[in-house]
Amino acid sequence: MGQSAPPVSLPLLSAGSAASYSLDSLRGKVVYLDFWASWCGPCRLSFPQLEQLRRDLGPRGFEVLAVNVDEFERDAQRFLEEVPVSYPVVRDAAGETPRSYGVPGMPTGFLIDRAGVVRLVHQGYRKSDGASLRSAITELLGEEWSQ
Amino acid sequence: MKYLSCLFVALCLGGCETVEPWERGTLAKPGMQWQTDPMEISLRAQIHASKEASSGGQGAAGGGCGCN
Repeated sequence: MGQSAPPVSLPLLSAGSAASYSLDSLRGKVVYLDFWASWCGPCRLSFPQLEQLRRDLGPRGFEVLAVNVDEFERDAQRFLEEVPVSYPVVRDAAGETPRSYGVPGMPTGFLIDRAGVVRLVHQGYRKSDGASLRSAITELLGEEWSQ
Repeated sequence: MKYLSCLFVALCLGGCETVEPWERGTLAKPGMQWQTDPMEISLRAQIHASKEASSGGQGAAGGGCGCN
């Protein structure tokens, strides 16, 4: 926390896509970097809430970037069929990114400000977490930022 | 013999591996749990606590009648 977010550049999960997506391309936005897996129960709970947050706060400059760490891509795709989201989902099967972030448990979300600094580490997910996340994001959205 | 058992332990330790939080997909499978049915776990815990006339370790109070 308080340090600049390690780089993330990973392939998008969407079928047959080789295009990679990087955290750098979201500089200037407030980003919730979410590490998730299909076998993680609270992740299933978080997805609809993150989707709603993105829908509400997206126009003000908020984005979610979800990093899937499943061993098998099929598991992740099945999960997304059940809980579809509109935000970008990338995949890191090798585990390099969660290692560089030091993910302490699943799920873990890193709230990154417009300047690319990690401002909040959110571990686990409960139903009531959406409201506190919303206020944290809103606060970061209100901060001044210059290139 | 002593040497052999030491060697055996050393070999076994070589199989130890740290599992990172994001690598626990296989461990999270139902087949990897000690018991898969939460209902059965609580039922067994209650019977054990009452028959042993003891409580503790299972998070249940009382004992003896099997009615708690």
